[in-house]
Amino acid sequence: MNEVAVVRAGALTTFQDCGRPGFAHLGVPPSGAADPPAFRLANRIVGNAADAAVLEATLIGPALRFARPALVAVTGADAGATIAGHPLERGRAAEVPAGVVLELGGCREGVRAYISVRGGFAVDATLGSRSHDLLTGLGPPPLREGDLLHVGPEPARPPQRAEIVPARGEPTLFVVPGPRDDWFPSEALAALTETTWRVAAASNRIGMRLEGPALARLDRGELLSEGLVTGAIQVTSGGLPIVLGPDHPTTGGYPVIAVVVARDLPLAGQLAPGSSLRFAEYHAAPKPGNV
Amino acid sequence: MTATVRPAGDRAVLVELPDSSAAVRLAQALTDRAEFVDVVPGHRTVLLTWAGERRPQELEALVESALGSGPPPGPVRRIEIPVVYDGPDLDEVAELVGLSPDEVVRRHVAAKYVVAFLGFAPGFAYLLGGDERLEVPRRANPRERVPAGSVAIAGPYSGVYPRDTPGGWRLLGRTSTTLFDPEQSRPALLEPGDRVRFVAL
Repeated sequence: MNEVAVVRAGALTTFQDCGRPGFAHLGVPPSGAADPPAFRLANRIVGNAADAAVLEATLIGPALRFARPALVAVTGADAGATIAGHPLERGRAAEVPAGVVLELGGCREGVRAYISVRGGFAVDATLGSRSHDLLTGLGPPPLREGDLLHVGPEPARPPQRAEIVPARGEPTLFVVPGPRDDWFPSEALAALTETTWRVAAASNRIGMRLEGPALARLDRGELLSEGLVTGAIQVTSGGLPIVLGPDHPTTGGYPVIAVVVARDLPLAGQLAPGSSLRFAEYHAAPKPGNV
Repeated sequence: MTATVRPAGDRAVLVELPDSSAAVRLAQALTDRAEFVDVVPGHRTVLLTWAGERRPQELEALVESALGSGPPPGPVRRIEIPVVYDGPDLDEVAELVGLSPDEVVRRHVAAKYVVAFLGFAPGFAYLLGGDERLEVPRRANPRERVPAGSVAIAGPYSGVYPRDTPGGWRLLGRTSTTLFDPEQSRPALLEPGDRVRFVAL
């Protein structure tokens, strides 16, 4: 079995997979990769099963030394990955020779890079998932310097050629108003979609905090705790929005003014602190009429 | 229909209900339905999420018929939690509600609780059904660390902290019962709809 030594852990590098959907009623967050398409691409390129565990690097990536040759790929943000100092193109499989270091640097064009290895990272699952959950601590802990990681058995599937990582569009996140838009004056929803918001430094996998004008709230007392989804935009008592990430609490009492549509969650997962974004109201494309 | 279905993005709805027992009943009726990924009761709501772009067909009718159906088949789960009532906030709670500490404990033990929903931390159950006289606000300054097993109250709720976390509820006592163990087939001791009694040691 191949061993991978963590030479440098990076700012926050965690194991991620498809997460723990189905346990929210027990207070367990969904967790899983913050940029699911980049996660899936990383596994596809090296021929892994779709739910194999990868590493999610945040802001500054790790350096990993492989004891034996391994096929790896890096997707998501551009982390300037190198193998023995030679650049590794994003979204391309490459072999790391025995004893050689795969090194990631600072992330550009996003904040999260995904590192896959053919065979997947072999690490124990908790509630069916190898994802580290920042809120609850479930799953394997984040990488630390000196850790030894293990690679799983060779998958049957050959490595796949993958399309180039698509360029990210304008940072506009589409939202469906509600479920608690009636806890706000109409000006607040207008302000949500007319403001250019800034991602606050105190943002993480639990939630992306935004800086901008405080959103007014109607005086309706305190909201009783209710279920939350990833992408929900909670408005704190101070009026500032928080876009919930994959490790969000499963219930909460801040009113949710709108929810980011599933399609745009990967984009939210790649927004850097200090960057700007806008919201726009989502109108579903007309579908063929129901029978 | 007594339920209001509100959008929660493009892959979920929040069903608003008249009370907690309707929320628990709806959650129990829908929890095993294949079209939903998660069925999450809140105090007076149930969040229904699904995978993929297609909204489950006849969602409103499904909710209505689930609400109209009786309680779920199978026995009601009854759980007793042994408690040592020596919590650091017991005297303060007694003062706030104008009862003796012994009377606070007597009332906390006498009540019959129902698990309304979980949240805050894995296995943390919000119990309703407590003595109304014991309703106290959360602490103004939450503790940075509440020990696992702390039995606590806040507002209409009672609860037990499954593990060490920050927390603002008022601590009446402690239990050695394990509330959450992800290695078990049933990871949370308390699930929505379970009946709970506290037993003073």
